[in-house]
This record gives sequence, structure tokens and C-alpha cells, in this order.
Amino acid sequence: MKNLITLHSGAAAVAVKDPWELVDTQEGEAAPGASGSAYRILPLSDWRQLSEVAAKRSEATAEPMGVLLHPDDDPADLAPWIDRIALIALEFPSFRDGRAYTQAFVLRSRLGFRGELRAIGDVLRDQLVAMRHCGFSSFAVRGDRSAEDALKGLAGFDLIYARSVACPEPLFRRRLRAGEPGESDQPGT
Amino acid sequence: MYKYDEYDRALVQARVAQFRDQVARRLSGELSEEEFVPLRLQNGLYLQRHAYMLRVAIPYGTLSSVQLRTLGRIAEQYDRGYGHFSTRQNIQFNWIELEQVPDILQLLADQEMHAIQTSGNCVRNITTEAFAGVARDELLDPRPLAEILRQWSTVNPEFLYLPRKFKIAISSSETDRAALRAHDIGLYLYPGDEGEMLLRVMVGGGLGRTPILNEQVREALPWRHLLTYVEAVLRVYNRHGRRDNKYKARIKILVKALGVEAFAREVELEWEQIRDSAGQLTLHEYQRVAQGFRVPDYERLDALDADFGAWLARDAAFARWVQTNTRAHKVAGYSSVVLSTKPAPTADQSTAPGDLAAAQMYSVADLADRYGFGEIRVAHEQNLVLPDIRKRDLYALWKALVSIKLATPNIGLLTDVIACPGGDFCSLASTRSLPVARAIQQRFDNLDYLHDLGEISLNISGCVNACGHHHIGNIGILGVDRKGEEFFQVTLGGAQGKNSSLGKVIGPSFRAEDIPQVIERLLETFVRYREVEEPFIETLGRIGAGPFKESVYSGPDESTNPAQIHTHSRKGEAMA
Repeated sequence: MKNLITLHSGAAAVAVKDPWELVDTQEGEAAPGASGSAYRILPLSDWRQLSEVAAKRSEATAEPMGVLLHPDDDPADLAPWIDRIALIALEFPSFRDGRAYTQAFVLRSRLGFRGELRAIGDVLRDQLVAMRHCGFSSFAVRGDRSAEDALKGLAGFDLIYARSVACPEPLFRRRLRAGEPGESDQPGT
Repeated sequence: MYKYDEYDRALVQARVAQFRDQVARRLSGELSEEEFVPLRLQNGLYLQRHAYMLRVAIPYGTLSSVQLRTLGRIAEQYDRGYGHFSTRQNIQFNWIELEQVPDILQLLADQEMHAIQTSGNCVRNITTEAFAGVARDELLDPRPLAEILRQWSTVNPEFLYLPRKFKIAISSSETDRAALRAHDIGLYLYPGDEGEMLLRVMVGGGLGRTPILNEQVREALPWRHLLTYVEAVLRVYNRHGRRDNKYKARIKILVKALGVEAFAREVELEWEQIRDSAGQLTLHEYQRVAQGFRVPDYERLDALDADFGAWLARDAAFARWVQTNTRAHKVAGYSSVVLSTKPAPTADQSTAPGDLAAAQMYSVADLADRYGFGEIRVAHEQNLVLPDIRKRDLYALWKALVSIKLATPNIGLLTDVIACPGGDFCSLASTRSLPVARAIQQRFDNLDYLHDLGEISLNISGCVNACGHHHIGNIGILGVDRKGEEFFQVTLGGAQGKNSSLGKVIGPSFRAEDIPQVIERLLETFVRYREVEEPFIETLGRIGAGPFKESVYSGPDESTNPAQIHTHSRKGEAMA
């Protein structure tokens, strides 16, 4: 994919080359990407068919697995395969549609997904910080916008009070660790 | 009051810098208006009919005198000399230039204020009642948990693009004065058998075009689980709330669609997975925040003050004001005072409910310093409150308030009208609500009559978005556009508080000029059927809406009501 920002150990950079390709197929048997790339991201339904076929042959597919979830897909459907999936792409049909933030939280915090979590669709500079907090690790910036420019979005303000995937402790626990006196946490009021 | 620490300060300062950059990018054309809209909304900036409007958050309605002076300065320097207090305990400035917004936000940030999330599809300003911490009928102080919620919901990255706006209120008084049941989440705080803090969680309320009172999903939730439980509700809503139709996107529609039991099950399932997470509150944090709401240094006073008693006997106008505009305080010798922003209009002066001039803001700040502990509250009825006033100072304070026109003795009475800014300002409004409010205040300016009528709430909304909360007014007025003409629909029987209910429409709508006459007939009916000191809402409950409807619709009673009332029928022709 082009126009992509990736995070590596916390540092964000525009990706020079990215092997992944979104495969839009309704035909069941997904064909290899146009460029012949083995790094294919399949919509959940296609991907599920493919993985069932693979499961029947009781063999793990050799190629890396990438899955695309639409906002109304349930991330829990991926639970059985979560350790074998290399990349999950979550779609923002509009940047105002915030369902993928919750999907990302569930994938990371509940299902323990450790692979690459990619934001695709209406992905813009001013939402990248929130996405990063929720566990996204790469951002396919909308085609008409520059990824170089969007990168600035990740350099900006990212303080939060609540907890997030990137920041698993809420500020009231972080404050304590930052050197306030120890907690006297007795039951009751 | 809660004081910002270095984290709180850093956050609002960083936010100002961020928005300054976004405004610059908008002005240069780098950001399209479509992309800018949610960003500016989450910083409180609306584009209204004539100009930008900036809505500044007043968390749970609490202001210091320093902050109120800052608001006055903004009104003077960046607006036309006044501000408008809203039903969400916030303040709105109606005539703002986009270029100046970053500077205004900077002024706010320097005084520990912000405009974050006062609009947009996110968690809005957390509200409670204006008398929190001082009311005599309060069980527990809701403010520390309100502040904890404010912090948690501010820029919470998972919940910034919800299906629709999300309003949370918390209250802990015998009579709920925070309209809890009209909120997306209403939290009622009460003590358990061992004095521990518990919460009743009610979800799915809201006014707007589909008014619904929320329903209980959880009883006796220990306070430590406040944030995880709210998180669970929001996660279920963010995943499953409708996004295909903005009028069906509030959580109330989801709760109705699933049924409250099924919805509660979803929430509980989600909550079970996070209840013991790092999101669980700690006593340390509660105590840290609660320090900001320590009991001020009250004097030990007698419950009765001789001078105060003497002035009550000597000055009838003062006595009347004390009766309507002061509230019982939990400390002997003190009162809470309500400042009415709703004086009777005069020929040369007429202000909207909730409007305050900069000079008045400065004066109120001075009075709060002089007679109180430098604190001011904003009531959701769009009035201000000085929470801690010695009874012995009431007379001097009253004199001062009279001179700045904030002593109208009409709190809780008919002319204490709640109204949205309406079509004079708002681009959503289909009608102008303020002229109707003014006409009612003008017609019913006889204080004796108002006092005889007793408690009546009257709410006016300029459109179905219901910012004037007309559904929960005893008398509700809703502006509707009929082929380019303004008409007003009347509802009866709405109420907030422990016995919350939604008003019902009495029949065809009326022209604006007939509304005072309609109100008069409703009041005459009330007086005719009223038993002793019965409040309006009880008489209505006892006799039903029938006699009221009849008085308005079944032709003028020539002897008492010579005026014709024009209504709007479905076919569009006016009828008598």
C-alpha cells in the first residue's frame, strides 16, 4: 500500500515500501494480488472461507495472513486465529465513524492481537493520535492527502486521562508512579 | 474548587496549541470545512446564523470569581459585551471571530478552563446540580466523582467519534435538581448501609425529537467501578449505536431497540471483562480530587440572625426575594442565593434568559468574593447561584443584586422561563423562542400574581432539538415551522426531578402572538380548580389535561377571554 505511515517501537515514519495489498474479491477463491504480491488483505468473509479450506487440509497457509474488518464486523470472530494473523486492517468509511477505535481496543486488549493493526479509509492527520492510542500501528492516509504531512499529527498533543491500549494505565495510576506518595487504598469510602 | 495540577494544565495548554494549528490550517485552506467541522465542534465552536458561537465548559456548573471575571473579559473583548448561560451549565459567546478563538482558548486555559467537548459526538460537559456540596437535602457530595468523570471523558481516544452526543449527569439530593432522567447516563449517588458510596446507573434518556426518560441498568454500583461501568456503556454504544440516521443515533434509541434488560446484559458482559482492570478507581485518587472540594471555613453561626429577621419583617420586597431566591444550606446561619437572569422586560431593556452582561459578571465576581468564598455556580435553569452566604449578609447582598438587576424574585415561578437562543441566533432553530419568552415575561409581570400561582416551570424550545427542555416543563412550548410560518405547540405535565415526566401536546399549535393568551387561560383554569396551595403540576395530575384543553380550544369565553386564539390545523388553515 502507498501513502502509509508505520510505527516501529514508538517512532512513526512514512513507509518506503509496503508489501500489503487490499484484495477486493467477491468470488470466494481469492486470486493473488494484481502485482502478484503474497501479502494480501482479505475481507473477513473471503478470509473466513479461505481459512476454512486451509483448516480442512489441516495445513497452515504459508503466506502471511491479512484480514480487513468493516466497522460492523465483530473482532471476536477472529479469536481462533488471532496468533496467526499478521495484519488486521480496520476501515474508517468516514473519519467521523468511530467504531474502529473500539474494534482496535478489543483486538489488542481483549483478544491479544500482536500483529500489525492498520487504519484504512478516511484516515487523516488530526485523528492519528487517537488511533495510535487505541492500538493502531500503521495508517494508510487517504489518497489525496500527504502521508508526510499527516506524520505531523503524530508528533502533536497526545495526553489523556483515561487508559488506552498504548497507555494501559489511567493517569490516576501514572501520577502515583511519577512519584506521589504511596497509595493508601483501603476498602470502603 | 478543584485546582488543576501540572497534568491538567499541560493538557489544556497543549490543546490550545493544537487548535491554534488547526485554525491556521483551516484559514490557509489546508483543512477543508468538512474536515474542520468535528475538530472545531470538539473545541466548542459552532457556526451559527450570523457568526461563530463559542461554548465554554463550566464543569458541573462551578466557577471561581477569577474565572467569572475572565468570562466577562472575553465578553467585552471578543464579543458584544455579554454571554449566555446555557441549560448545560455552560456559557456561550455568540459573536466570535474564528481567528480569535485560539487567543480566547488561551485566556481560558490560563484560568483552568476550556471549551473541550462542549459540542460534537462525544461525551459532553458533566453536569450536576447547582447546590452540590451545600444543599441541606444532599446525601453525598457528587462533585469529586463529577470531576473524575470530567477528566476520564476528556479526550478519551476511543470515544471521540460516537454515533451522537453523549450527556452524563450526577446528583445526590433528595429532589433531583440535575434532570438526571433526561440524560444519556444519569448517575444517582447515595450511601449504602455502611455509608459506602453507591451509584444507581440509568441509561438511555434524552430529549430532542424523541424524548425518553432513562431507565435503570444497575443499582448499588460501588463508586470504584464508576469509570469502568461508564466505559462499558460507551463501548456497547460505540459498537452498536445507529449511525445511519442522526435522529436515531442517540443511545436512547439503542436502549429502546434492544429493550433495557437486553441492553443491560450487554453492558454487564462488557463490564465483567474490565471491572477489575487498571480502570478501577482508587481511594487515593478519590481523596486527591475530593481535596478540591473541601468544606470551606464556615463560621459558627446561630440558625437565626436577629438583623436578618428584622429586615424580613421590615422590608416586604426583601422578604419576598428571600422566599423565592434563597435555598436551605446544610450549615446553620448560611443560605444559598439564586441570581435571576430573567428580569421583567422593560421598554428600553430586554435580555434573553441566561444572558449576563460583562459588567454584571464582574459585579457578581466581586460579590462572591465579598460575601462568599469566591465561588459561583451555574444552574441548569440558566441562573447563577452564590452557594455560601451568611444570612446576616443577605440584606446587603440583596441591595447589591437589585442594583445590578439580578434580584428578580421569580425563581421557580412562571417567568423563570428556560429558553434556548432560538432562531435569533441558532441556525438549527425553526422558530424564534426569545420573543415568545419575552412576551410571556411581559404579560405576567405582576409579582403578587406570580407568587400566588406558586411553582410552575415553563420551558421554550425553538425547534425539535429541544435545547429549552420543553418536554420537562410543566408548561412546554415548542416552535414549529409550518410552511415558513412560526407556530408554537404547547405541552402540559412535564416535570424534572424525582417525579420526572414528559409533557403531552394539548392540541393544534398557536401563533406566537397568541401564546400569552393561551398561557393565561391555562393559568385561569389552574386557579379555578386549584385546592389550597397546590402547585400547578399537582392540580394538573389530579384533574387531567381535559379542562385545560377545553379552556384553550373550545372557543373564547366572552366574559373573561375576549381575545381570539388562532391555532394551526393540520390542513394549514387558521381556525378560531
